[in-house]
Amino acid sequence: MSVPKRIGKIQFGLISPQEFRKMSVVKIITADTYDDDGFPIEMGLMDPRLGVIDPGLRCRTCAGRPGECPGHFGHIDLIAPVTHVGFAKLIRKILRAICRECSRLMMSEQEKQVYLSQIQTLAKLGQPRDDVVNKVFAEARKHKSCPYCGGQQFEIKFERPLSYIEEGHRLTPSDIRDRFEKIHDDDVKIMGMNPETARPEWMIFTVLPVPPVTMRPSITLESGQRSEDDLTHKLVDIIRINQRFQENREAGAPQLIIEDLWELLQYHITTFLDNTVSGVPPARHRSGRPLKTLSQRLKGKEGRFRGSLSGKRVNFSARTVISPDPNLSINEVGVPLDIAMELSVPLVVNSRNKEIIKAFVRRGPDRHPGVNYVTRADDRRIKIAEKNCEEVADQIDIGWKVDRQLDNGDIVLFNRQPSLHRMSIMAHRVKVMPYKTFRLNPAVCPPYNADFDGDEMNLHVPQTEEARAEAEILMRVEENILSPRFGGPIIGGIHDYVTGSFLLTHGKKPIDRREVMELLKKFDISELPEPEGYVDVQPYWTGKQIFSLILPQSLNLTFKADFCYNCDVCKGEECEHDAYVVIKNGMLLKGTIDAEAVGAFKGKITDRVIKECSPEVASEFLDKMTLLALRGIMLAGFSFGIDDEDIPEDAAEQIDETTKSAKEKVQQLIEAYKAGELDPLPGRTLDETLEMRIMQTLGKARDSAGQIAERYLGLDNSGVVMAVSGARGSMLNLTQMAACVGQQSVRGERIIRGYTGRTLPHFKKGDLGSEAHGFVESSYKKGLSPTEFFFHAIGGREGLVDTAIRTSQSGYLQRRLVNALQDLEVKYDGTVRETRGMIVQFQYGEDSVDASRRDYASPENAKRIARKVLQKEAV
Amino acid sequence: MTKFVAKDHELVPEHIILLPEEGKEVLIKYGVDAAQLPKIHVNDPVAKEIGAKVGNILKIIRKSPTAKHSTFYRLVID
Repeated sequence: MSVPKRIGKIQFGLISPQEFRKMSVVKIITADTYDDDGFPIEMGLMDPRLGVIDPGLRCRTCAGRPGECPGHFGHIDLIAPVTHVGFAKLIRKILRAICRECSRLMMSEQEKQVYLSQIQTLAKLGQPRDDVVNKVFAEARKHKSCPYCGGQQFEIKFERPLSYIEEGHRLTPSDIRDRFEKIHDDDVKIMGMNPETARPEWMIFTVLPVPPVTMRPSITLESGQRSEDDLTHKLVDIIRINQRFQENREAGAPQLIIEDLWELLQYHITTFLDNTVSGVPPARHRSGRPLKTLSQRLKGKEGRFRGSLSGKRVNFSARTVISPDPNLSINEVGVPLDIAMELSVPLVVNSRNKEIIKAFVRRGPDRHPGVNYVTRADDRRIKIAEKNCEEVADQIDIGWKVDRQLDNGDIVLFNRQPSLHRMSIMAHRVKVMPYKTFRLNPAVCPPYNADFDGDEMNLHVPQTEEARAEAEILMRVEENILSPRFGGPIIGGIHDYVTGSFLLTHGKKPIDRREVMELLKKFDISELPEPEGYVDVQPYWTGKQIFSLILPQSLNLTFKADFCYNCDVCKGEECEHDAYVVIKNGMLLKGTIDAEAVGAFKGKITDRVIKECSPEVASEFLDKMTLLALRGIMLAGFSFGIDDEDIPEDAAEQIDETTKSAKEKVQQLIEAYKAGELDPLPGRTLDETLEMRIMQTLGKARDSAGQIAERYLGLDNSGVVMAVSGARGSMLNLTQMAACVGQQSVRGERIIRGYTGRTLPHFKKGDLGSEAHGFVESSYKKGLSPTEFFFHAIGGREGLVDTAIRTSQSGYLQRRLVNALQDLEVKYDGTVRETRGMIVQFQYGEDSVDASRRDYASPENAKRIARKVLQKEAV
Repeated sequence: MTKFVAKDHELVPEHIILLPEEGKEVLIKYGVDAAQLPKIHVNDPVAKEIGAKVGNILKIIRKSPTAKHSTFYRLVID
């Protein structure tokens, strides 16, 4: 076991050549890797002292086996110094700041003292020093001659990627290194570096470390051929050029050739470090694929940090498209057979389940609840195939582990990204089904924020008893019906469930025996309530009676439905719109079931059932509601078509008139404004007043057009049913479709941008009228005129941009909050503490209330308890 | 200029310096070191007004819309 350690300090710096040599176990001199017999060549790139990758061998440095030996660095002595690309910019800054003759930082002693003390204070406070350091460089650069030795300074031009040109001569890395070596330690400090851990000349290589073989393993292909890692290829190039360079220099080759080779060495080392430097053609593999060198291994989404350290891949998980299935319970998930046969649950064989498990193993891997793998008592895994299943089944004994395929009733975690709240991962029970998608009840879409336009979801199978128990106790769908965000149910009816409940329970439509049977087909109900009445001799029931059948007997509840008209005087139970819901002893007596009663985010009934009975009863209720609502909508029949947006001719005329009069009013306002008769509103200019008045008038026009349309669109219109019941859409949407789209706006104002003095060339300059500034008189049904269409596009674009920006901003805010708060924990004594035990709150939320476990603090609760107690006493 | 007294302001909750033994009780109640408590700076205007010294523990009684009052303890630091 490793001992947990506390990190005291992290120091970043540059590595010195001495240190490179110190940590090196071997000097690499030949570019060859393996000899003809397949053994690594000593002092070659695969030297056995660099670590082991071949199984069976031991490391020549640490005697570790593959997997134990971490690998060891080697080194290459470079014939000539070479700059490090990563420091190109810093090298330039330093070159310009120091004297070319004496290497002193070019500024007076006093200035140096000031900057040094500034840097030291910032360092003490743990704050970034970049600003001060940049000022130092900017200041030092200004000198034309050195204040110390008086040497003349020249402009140093930097040419990408790595050339420094002074007076037309290219500075070689040796020149630069020579200058840097002479820099005084005190000057280094003023440049924001610590001379003990980062001397400037260390930014130029004289020794190149050779990474251990463990981080660049070669692969043996099926043909027996060895294929080397990209890094090894690169190192081979470096060694070859280094050797050629040496040979040429020793042979006294002309300066031109030497320079070429130097540049080539620089190129290879640059691409070894980073193969995406702009201005440097990327080094390529023989096949033409760019090599993946050091920085490519770290950078980006699939790099070491984001891909390997922060991100992990998971076993026992599946991902596919989701689709709806209202016949599933809300706590179930439909899993495709193909997936169920791949995923497994480990079972430990004991004396009680031995025979059952044997039966599973006998089924083999190809008949569904079968077995894929078996682990013997000695931890050897056996793959089960059609051929060996009988044989293995006979051997099975206590202590073996069997990976049984996923089956109905297994508990799994179901997840949809982005996992923004805890309801984004919930535990469902498996139901194995045909076809290839995960199926879920649409009532659980809201917590996942899922729809079925191609969404995919993930599924994870817990592998231990502890994990399963935890999932079952904490993460079950039932446990998450109430959201801790607002304490109400987040799971509930959406769309057709709400419409269906509404259609079924609104009013007192007679439903005959046949239809009742149809409605209750899916339920285990054997006795019907007393019929509401008789037509001739045929009994009939009402939707309210049918809905009462799925309510728990003990339920007592009254509330206003979602489509309550908010009359001035509420008549309560006598509501003529059937919008006041009264449930007594589980009987729906008055009112209509809509979004307020069973909908997601509202769900008064769901809420009450959870608190009065239990989450299990509530989930059962939701299941039944789901089934009944769909039967209800099927019984009534429901569709929406283009003709549902039609309004009678006289309604259209009335709407025309209102818009016309509004436009005239606007004209009047404009004339009053021009005549100077308009009185400015307090705190507004005259122009602003006019704009506001116009906006007001046109807003009113849209509203009254909507009211006219509403008057002609009754509950026989399916759009109205959806809007009113809270299933989907609003009356405003309908108004826009049927009557008048209304004013288009940008930043809450009428549209004014465009040409000078006008929005479009279709209008006169200075026209302030409604059409010229984006009032859309038409309805979507009628169609928009070209100018209206254009204004509508402007307004629509703003909405689009807003949502795009809002989602990204709120996402980032959420991320920051979660990062800051993720380690806080409510302890058993009610305090909120972070990992070190520091107290953040002495009592969670000041009152220790869990929003999802409390009931609304209303007098209604006290009354209910009193009623309940009195009732019990009466019995 | 008349000096503004911070602790008289409506929005400034009541700060009380705990006696050493009371402070110890708080630490025992929550099972923590003094260093694990939330902190307040000696130069905090209210801390200065009530004359808190480094190492004191302050009891702060805040108004809370949900719990009427909520009590916080803070260690005075430099």
